[in-house]
This record gives sequence, structure tokens and C-alpha cells, in this order.
Amino acid sequence: MARRHHALSRHLTLAALALLPVAVLSVFFVLPVSGMIARGFWPEGSFDPGGVLDVLRRPRVHRVLWFTVWSSASATALAVLLGVPTAYVLHRLRIPGRSVVRAALLVPFVLPTVVVGVAFRELFGESGPLAFLGLEGTALGIIAALVFFNVAVVVRAVGAAWESLDRRPGEAAAALGASPWQVWWTVTLPALRPALVSAASVVFLFCATAFGVVLTMGGLRYATVETEIYLLTTQLLDLQAAAALSVLQLVVVVGLLLVAARTRATPSGGTARVTAPAQRVRVRDLPALSVASFTLLLVGLPIGTLVAGSLTVDGSWSLDNFRKLTTKGDNDALLVPVTDALGTSLRTAFDATWISLTLGLLVAVVVTRRSRSRAERRVRGLLDGFFMLPLGVSAVTLGFGFLITLDRPPLELRDSPMLVPIAQALVALPLVVRTIVPVLAGIDDRQRQAAASLGASPLRAVLTVDVPAVWKPLLAASGFAFAASLGEFGATSFLVREQEPTVPVVIFRLLGHPGADNYGMALAASVVLAATTAIVMLAVERLRVPTIGAV
Amino acid sequence: MLRVRLSSTHGAADPPNLIRLAPAKGVTMYHPARALAALASLALTGSLLGCSTMGGDDDKSADESGSGSTTVKLVTHDSFALPEDLQAKFEKDSGLQLEILASGDAGAVTNKLVLTKDSPIGDVAFGVDNTFASRPVDEGVFEEYAAKLPAGADQYVLEDIGDHLTPIDNANVCVNIDTGYFEKLKLPEPETLDDLAKPVYRGRFVVPGAATSSPGMAFLLTTIAEYGDDWPAYWAKLMDNDTLLVDGWESAYQGEFSQGGGKGKRPIVLSYDTSPAFTVDEAGTSSTTKALLHTCFPQTEYAGVLAGADNPEGARALIDFLLSPEVQAALPDSMYVFPVDENVELPATWAKFAVQPTDPHTVDPAEIAENREQWLTEWRDVTTR
Repeated sequence: MARRHHALSRHLTLAALALLPVAVLSVFFVLPVSGMIARGFWPEGSFDPGGVLDVLRRPRVHRVLWFTVWSSASATALAVLLGVPTAYVLHRLRIPGRSVVRAALLVPFVLPTVVVGVAFRELFGESGPLAFLGLEGTALGIIAALVFFNVAVVVRAVGAAWESLDRRPGEAAAALGASPWQVWWTVTLPALRPALVSAASVVFLFCATAFGVVLTMGGLRYATVETEIYLLTTQLLDLQAAAALSVLQLVVVVGLLLVAARTRATPSGGTARVTAPAQRVRVRDLPALSVASFTLLLVGLPIGTLVAGSLTVDGSWSLDNFRKLTTKGDNDALLVPVTDALGTSLRTAFDATWISLTLGLLVAVVVTRRSRSRAERRVRGLLDGFFMLPLGVSAVTLGFGFLITLDRPPLELRDSPMLVPIAQALVALPLVVRTIVPVLAGIDDRQRQAAASLGASPLRAVLTVDVPAVWKPLLAASGFAFAASLGEFGATSFLVREQEPTVPVVIFRLLGHPGADNYGMALAASVVLAATTAIVMLAVERLRVPTIGAV
Repeated sequence: MLRVRLSSTHGAADPPNLIRLAPAKGVTMYHPARALAALASLALTGSLLGCSTMGGDDDKSADESGSGSTTVKLVTHDSFALPEDLQAKFEKDSGLQLEILASGDAGAVTNKLVLTKDSPIGDVAFGVDNTFASRPVDEGVFEEYAAKLPAGADQYVLEDIGDHLTPIDNANVCVNIDTGYFEKLKLPEPETLDDLAKPVYRGRFVVPGAATSSPGMAFLLTTIAEYGDDWPAYWAKLMDNDTLLVDGWESAYQGEFSQGGGKGKRPIVLSYDTSPAFTVDEAGTSSTTKALLHTCFPQTEYAGVLAGADNPEGARALIDFLLSPEVQAALPDSMYVFPVDENVELPATWAKFAVQPTDPHTVDPAEIAENREQWLTEWRDVTTR
């Protein structure tokens, strides 16, 4: 009797925890997206799935889908190959200035794609120093840009997991005579697998829904599902075809998530409660170091180009572009100065961060608690995947969906100032969940039970067991969420109000107006956005509570 | 706030007791209190510094919370701009608060309006152009309003559409060239569409794509007007001549054009007839670029009262305001377009360097609406290999 009561209250508690995130996602994601898809299935008010199915038979759709899948898969594979050694170097080795480098790596994440397009073109374009590589206008160029954007996701997620990895199994294996390679292959890699698979699936989703990169780097020669949806929705208003592609997108995403969930299957007990101290650099770290250098080069070169461009006026060095950021540009190209937009961006990012952290923590807790039955495990698995969906669905569909579904009471929300931070939080949420879940799941449940048996109150058990392990990943996640929000352009550009634009929106606008000043200001604003991200990331890392004994 | 979440959520799901393992040797106890204090202080600092969109908007929503008749909402594209003092003047004269919802390009705005016609997102729309005008009017997005047009504006009123849309401004999409480039190389300047496909201009032209850019679409329409059904053959020649296709005007003009911000390599670019007014030297005596007036397509931007608007009266007042001499005179500097009012004096550099074509190419809006998809599909087949 007592036991049944216990189980019931357990289920109720978990359901209550899941309620808020599920409700938010339903209103701000499921409803708008299904609203748009429904318009495609009910074109004239009557159900006509035939039109949608016809679209799926078009050869063009097959080509577009195939290109999306293979380009995203290659970019993901490359990001992992580069990201894992880089994570090792930046999170396990004692390298001077590594926290600065780690912060800098996140910069691409916030750069508006238009700006990255400019930077890449200056490097790889006709007149650039790397023109001989012939990357411009090729699929390879698109893939390189996708890796540039996303390698930080792998470095950060894998790095955070690596730091909190219990080193004793590896040391034991080594003591028993395993070679470094054997230790890596049999001990470290399996322990990192959850974080690795998580990061890879996030990267894949980001790549598959990339929009600006494909257009700027591909020179319109390549179309992905995302660019196709954009074209169909905003230019042709062919909602049937757009709905078909949105459904296709969802199917691919769900398929990917199922595969990921299988591969992720978590070994437990891998999470240590203390961060391992960084190791001295040894000769055998050389391969990892060289891969890391290459990654830094890939990320650093375009950023360097951008910084150099922002500091140049008429061919000579100058800070003028930065000074002008307090103005509205040539001929009042802007309605508010860039400095005001930066304020708006920071406020919005702050809101998006706490929203995504709150929701993300709730989701992570619900998803990682040990299941008592098969059905329960299945429900948790579904929930886990559910919160990844916003990454895999077109920002255009979501943005237009907001307009047509959140327009009347009780959900008259499309004019709400909170819509932008919420939309950004939805994009950041999967990052938060994917960063925290592997760590929470890695905590041996017996530790909590033990704490309880020693008389710790539930609160105390959480404070001594969960919080120490989750603390760092939580900081990493908040940094991620903040960066994702600062740089978000897709959904934001559909929602933002003219009086309160964010920095990416302002940059886009500056680039869209003639006048050399405006171009220079756009570059300077991008550098400011990048620097802001880097500083925030550094501050977040500094906030880490020093663990006594480590260092 | 974070603090509460952290503790309560975990605590509630506490598992039953089991045997415990001893803490690992050498692992020191962690201080959760400090962690929480740091988190809490982070959250607190954030809210103290006003790092939230919510605090700031409270005051504003208090002002806006009145009925629909005290505010007028303008739906427009992301290139919209008007000097602040003019906006203030409108608010003062009309007693209405002006709220601007600007996002996306002309196409996105138009389609947004069509999608939300049953519950319009604003009272009045600005920025639907002649290439997109047909569909929203057919779909009943706009209410009729016969505004009093300034002198010269009549010529822009669209047949069949009449009072649904009021012309506000106009500009032509034209090929632009870097005149110094051709002078230096002692090459003849190109003049016509045919010229662009000639070997001498090989690898020198950059144009934004029709599928992703509204000037790009206008250029496609120019070629359709010029070559009729043979336009795909012309485009094939253009592509064979190593014409560079990019995603938007930004990439073409700012990125690849030799007189744009990024100092690119290509001396021929698709832009507007107004662009040469922005490449004038400091003395104001010469411009480094010029528009090729035989390659132009007119783009007129319209405003219209949205059917079912909360504040149709305010919407009409705003359209009148957009037609007023002050706004018309501000259009060149703010939005790089010509006013429809022919009596308005243009800025000095415009009068000199923004030369308008006398007989641009045109295509009927209804024909565009009917064929847009077909044309774009064919265009993509020709341009993407």
C-alpha cells in the first residue's frame, strides 16, 4: 500500500516537473508549426493531402533532401573529428590561456551568417588569399562554413563531460598495462559517448537547418530543405510544398533522434564529483595538439579577417567604424544606434538564458531519473526527443506559425515582448538539455540513495550529489544559451519590432544600405557582438566555484 | 529563482535508500552553498542591472494598453526607415501612437499579410511592391482607400488594383557599373543587357538571385520583358559568361562590387538607379558609379489599409502622412527611393547623380502573379547546374 502510494507520488512529481516545459513547448512550438503545416494540408479549408504527397514525388525535392542529409552528415563528422581532440587539448591539458581560447571558440556561434559570408568570401573568394583552394561556390565551401559555426558545440559539450570524467578507471587500465590508445578506446571513449552523440546530433540539426551559410557560400547553386522552405513560404507562398518539406524535415529529425537515443544509451557512474586537474602537456599529445591548432586556424582566420576589416577605413587603420556605433549610420540607416541594439540584445539574451536554463533543468531532471518500468522509460525517451525538435524545424515555419496561431485569446501572444526571448530560448533549450543530461545521467544513483541513507534530507542529497556534478555543465550550458540567443537571427528577424532590434538584425540592416560607412559599421558591430560573447563566456567560466583540492 | 528550482526539483524525486559507497579517496567536499550563492547573485545582478526585457517593457505596455484607436500599427519590411522627428510629428498631429512592425523583405511581408488576412497583424501595410501587388489584393488583404494623391503620383496607380493600394515611392532596379574601372582598362562601358553576355565582360558581372532577392527578381523580369520567351537562352549566355550569382543585394553590392563596402573584384553589379548618389566623392562633384538606363525595371512601393484593422481611421491617417510633402522629401535620404510627389525637391546629389530611366521595362503585375513560380523554376534550372 505504502509502496504503491510512493510510486504514485513519484509519478505525480515527475509529471508536475515536466508540465511547465511541455506546456511552453506546446504553445510556442507545436501549435505554430502544426498551424503552418495544417495550412498546407487544408489548402482551401478542405483536407487535401494529395497536393502535399505530389510535392514529395518531385525529383527536385529528392535532390534537395539528399544534399541536405549528406552535407550535414559530412559537416557533423568533420566537426566531431576536429572537435574531440580540441576538447581534449582545451579541457584536459594545461595550456596557457586556454580559457580565453575556449571563450573565443564560441564566437562563430553568434556571428550572423551574412557577416560570416563576408568573412569567408574575403578569405576564399576571388580576391582572397585562399582563393586557390577553390572553395567558393562549392559544397565543400558550405561544409567548411558549417564546421566553422558548429565545432564549438562539440568542443564544449565533450570538453565539459571530459573534465568531470572519473579518471580512475583509465588510470587503473593503464596500471594494468593498457596502452594510451587502449585506454582511450576501451575506457574514455565509451564514457564520453553520451556527450559525443549528444553534441553530434545537435550539430547535425544545426547544419540541416542552416540557411544563410548555404546561400552565401553555395552561391545559390545548392538548395537544402531549409532554403527551399524559405523560398516556398516567403516568395512563392506555396504552403502545400512548404508543408511537405516541413513534414519531411520532421521525419528526418525524428529518425535521427531515434538513432541518437539508441547510440547514446548511457553507461552510469561515469561522472566524477570533482574536476580533474589539467595535465602537463606530453609528447604523445602532439597529434591532438596539431588537430587543435588546425581547428583554431579554421575558426581564427575568418574572425581575424573580420577584425582587420572592421579596423580599416579607406585602406588605412582606424577606429572610426567603432566610433560610429553610437550613431545611426550613413543617412540614418538605423532607427536606433548599434549601442542601443546591444542593450536590447543583452537583455533578450539574459531572458532567453534563464528561460532555457529553467526549462532545460526541469527536462534534464525528468529525463534522467531512473525509470522503474519499460513504459516509464519510453515516456522519458519521448520527452527527451521532444525538446530537441525546435532545432530541427525551419525558423521560417515557426516565425510564420507564430503569426497565424498566437493571434487570439487566450493565446494572443504574437505582440508580446517576451516572444523573442522565448523563441530564442527554444533554440537554446536543446543545447542546455544535451549538455546537462549526459552528466546527470552519469551520476550513480546509488550516491543519492547513499546520501539519503546516511540521513541527508532530499535537499541536502541534491546539494551534495547532483549540484557539484552539474555545476560546471550548467555554466557551460548557460554560456551556450546566451551565445545562441545573442546570435539568433532566423526566428528573431520574423518577430523583432523595429524600435527594439537586436544586434544581428541591425547588422543585417547596415549591410542592406549603401554607403561605405554602413559596411564598416556592420563589420565593427559584428566584432562587438563577437567580443561581447567572448567576454560573457570568460566571465561565466570565471564564476566557477573553485573546487578545493583541484588545482 | 534558479535557486528554488534547483533544490525543489531534485529533492522531490529522491529515490529510496540503498547502500552507499564510501567517498573516493582524495576527493574533497564541495561547497554547495557557495555555488548557490554565486548563482543567486548572478540572477540578482542580472535583474538589478535591468538585464531583462520584461522590466523595460512594463512602462511601455502601460501606455499602449488603451484600445485599438489610440495606436496605429504599421506592418512593413526591414528596409523601412523614417526620421524620428517625422514619426514624432505624426504622433503629435494625429494623437496616435505609431507602432512599427518591420521584418523580412517585400515578399515575406506580402505573404505574411496574406496568411494573416483573417486576423491582421496591424492596421496599415507599407512596402508591397508592383511585383507582389496582385496576390494580396486578390486575396482581399486590403480595404479600399482613395487617398488624395500628390501631383505626379497618378502614373504609379496600378490598373485593376486602384484604390486598394496607394503609391508612396518608386525606384528602378538597374545594372550599375564602376566607371573608373573601365576607364583605367580602356574598355568600353557596357550599356545594354546584350552587352553583359559579351566575352569582353566575362567574369565581371555580379547579380543577386531571383529566388532570394527582390531586386534579383526584378532583374529576371527585366530580361523577360526584353527577350520574351527567349529569356532562358539569355540567362544561359549570362551564366556561360561567368556571371556571379549571389544570395542578396548585400552580397552583390557590398561584397563583390568593386565600388561597394567590401571592395570586391567585379565592376558590374545589379543595384538601383539611386545607387550612384551614394558613391559621390567628398566634394560632391562626381560619382564613381553609374546606372545603365537600358537595363531598368521600376519598383513602386505601395501602402494600404488592412481589411479588418482595429484602427482603419488611423491607417488612413498614416497613408495621408506618408504622402505628405515632409515625408516625401525625406524618402531619398531615409529609404534611397524617389518620392511619387513630383513637386518635392530632391537632395542636391540626387538631382545630379540619381538619373532615372525614361522608358524602363515593365511586366504586368497579374502576369507576374500568374507566372512567378513557373519563371522561378525555369530560372533555377538554367542557373543551377
